[in-house]
Amino acid sequence: MSLSNHIPILIIAIPLLAAFLVPLINRINKKAAGILTALALSVSLILTIALAVKILTVGPQVYVFGAASPSLTLPSGLKFPIRIMLQIDAMSIFMGLITAVVSFLGAIYSLSFTKQYDGVDKYYSLLLLLTVGMFGMEFTGDIFNFFVFLEIASIASVALISFRGIDFGEPAEAGFKYMIVSSISALMVLFAIGIFYGQYDLLNFAALASVIKYSQLDKIALGLLIPVLAMKAGAVPMHMWTPDAYSEAPAPITMILVAASQASLYALFRVVFSLYNISLNALTVGWIIIVFGLLSMFIGVTMAIVQKDIKRLMAYHAVSQTGYMFLGVGVGLAVLANPEALKNYGITAMEGGIFHIMNHAMYKGLLFLTAGALFFRTGTRDLNKMGGLAHYMKYTTIFFIIGAAAIAGLPPFNGFASKLLIYESVYRFNPLLSIMAMVVSILTLASFVKVFHSAFLGPKLPQFKEVKETPRSMLFAMAVLSCIIIFFGLFPDLIVKNLVHPAVMSLIEQLQYTGTVLGGM
Amino acid sequence: MLGLLETGSGFWSAIIWVLLVLVIGSMVIYIRNKGEDSYKKNTEQDKPFISGNPEENKESSHLSANHIYWGFTEALKGYYNPLIKIHTGNINDYSGWIIVITVIILIMVGVSG
Repeated sequence: MSLSNHIPILIIAIPLLAAFLVPLINRINKKAAGILTALALSVSLILTIALAVKILTVGPQVYVFGAASPSLTLPSGLKFPIRIMLQIDAMSIFMGLITAVVSFLGAIYSLSFTKQYDGVDKYYSLLLLLTVGMFGMEFTGDIFNFFVFLEIASIASVALISFRGIDFGEPAEAGFKYMIVSSISALMVLFAIGIFYGQYDLLNFAALASVIKYSQLDKIALGLLIPVLAMKAGAVPMHMWTPDAYSEAPAPITMILVAASQASLYALFRVVFSLYNISLNALTVGWIIIVFGLLSMFIGVTMAIVQKDIKRLMAYHAVSQTGYMFLGVGVGLAVLANPEALKNYGITAMEGGIFHIMNHAMYKGLLFLTAGALFFRTGTRDLNKMGGLAHYMKYTTIFFIIGAAAIAGLPPFNGFASKLLIYESVYRFNPLLSIMAMVVSILTLASFVKVFHSAFLGPKLPQFKEVKETPRSMLFAMAVLSCIIIFFGLFPDLIVKNLVHPAVMSLIEQLQYTGTVLGGM
Repeated sequence: MLGLLETGSGFWSAIIWVLLVLVIGSMVIYIRNKGEDSYKKNTEQDKPFISGNPEENKESSHLSANHIYWGFTEALKGYYNPLIKIHTGNINDYSGWIIVITVIILIMVGVSG
C-alpha cells in the first residue's frame, strides 16, 4: 500500500504528533514551537488539497484501521471489531479544506501575534489539538468517534478562549461559559449515540443510515442532535456564548473557532441528510432549520449594530452569517421529498448555503484578523477609543475593506456570489425569506460602515501616534485570505462547480453515501 | 464562459461587472474633469462650510462609535430593550435556552410524524 493511501489519517496524525512535540521543542528553542506548528499545518494543508483532488476525481475515500472486518471474532468467540473508520466524501473534504486553510493561516498569524503572551508552547499545542478535533469531526465515519473529536475540539477551545485568563477575568469567564455549553451539548450527543447503539448495535454513520427506521427513539435522538449542533454552530437563541468566546479568544483562535463552529454545522447537515434523509419529516425539520436561520440572521445583525467592542460586533455578525447557511440548506431540506422543487431551486439553495460556509470562513477569518491587528497595535477593542488608524495601518485598512465588503455581500467579492444563490433560490420557495435575507445584508453593510468610520477614518489621534503597521507574518495571513476572497468572488463558478456542487450532491444522495462506505467496509 | 455563475434564475459574472465598473467609472471621471474649472486648490474653496460656524479642530471632530446610528437604536427602543435584556451574560440563562429549544424541537419532531 502506497503512502498516498494513508493521506486521510496523516492529515489528522501529523498535527496530533506535532501537538505533543511542541512543548518538547519549546524547551530547546522558544521560537521553534510556532515554526513547527506552522510546518505541521502546512503539511496537513498540502495533504488535504491532495486528498481533495483524489476525492473529486476518483470518488469518496474510506480509510479503516483496527480490525480488518466489522465482524471480526476472536478464537474464543468474542466479537472484537475494534476499528476506527474515516469516510471522506466531497462534503467532508470541502469542510476539511476550510479547516486546513484556516488553521494554517492562524498558525502563521500567531507567529507574531503571540509575542505578547507567555506559555506559547501550550498555545500552539492547543491550536494543533483544536485542528485535530475539527479534522476528526469532518472525516470520521463513526458517530462515537465524532463525539470523541467533538470533545477534543471543545476542550482545546475552552483552554484557548481562556488563554489570556491568567491576567484578566473575562477570558476565564468566557472559557468557563463555553465549557458549560459544550458539556451540555456533549452529553446530549452522547445520549443520542446511546439511543442509536441501543437500538441498532451500530455506530457507523452509513450502516446506521441503511437501517434507521425513524422510530420514536430515532425522533428523540434527532430532537437532541439538532439543537445542540445548532447551538455549537451559534444559532439564535442559543448563540449567547459566541460573543463571549469569540471576543475573548486571541484573534487567530477566533478565526479557527469560527471554522470549528462550522464543523458542528456540518455535523448537523450530515445527521439530517446522510443519516435520516427522507425517512424524517423533511418539511418540518427543514422549517426548524429555516427558523434558526431567520432568527440568527436578524437578531445577529441587529445586536451587532449596537456593539462597541469590535470583536463582539464581529461575533454577532458570525451568528448572523450562519443564519444564511441555515436558510439555504434548510430550504434544500424542506423540499428534499419533492424532486421537482429540489431540482428547480432546492439544490441551488443548498449550493448557496454550503458555498457561504467557505466564504464566511474566509472573510470572517480575515475580519477577526484585522480586529486582532488593531488590538495588537492599539491595545483596545473599544471602537469608541479608536479612530484615524487608516493613517498608520494602510494594509490592514485595505484588508478590512475587502473583508467588510465581502461580508456585506458587495460585488465582486465572494459573499455576494453565495448570497445571490441564496436570494434567488429561496425567493422561489418563499419570497419573504429572501427579502429578509437582503435586509440583513443591508444592515450588515451599515454595521461595517460604523466600524470602518470609528476605527479607521477620521484625523490622526495623538494617543496612536506611535502605532505602526502589523508585522509581516500577520500581514501575510491577511493577504492570503484577501486573495482567496477576491478569487472566489471573481470566479465563483469554478468553486461551485468543482467543490460546492459535489458537496451538496453527497449530502442529498444518501444511497450513494451508504453504498460507497458499506462497500469499502 | 469562465466566471459565469448560473443562479437558477439567471447568471452572475463578476468579470463583466468589473469591466462595467471600469467603463462607467472612466466616464464619471471624464465628466467630472470636464466640470467646474473655476476651482482653485489650497484656497478658501477647500474649506468646509458649516453654516458660518468656525471649524472645530480636527482631533475633536471624530465621531465615535457611540454616536453612530444613535437615532436608529433610539427609534427601535421597543425592539432593542427586550432584546438586550435577554442577553444577560449569565450561564444559567444560556443553559436554559438550550433546554427550552431542545424541548420545543422534541415536541415538533415528535408530533410531526
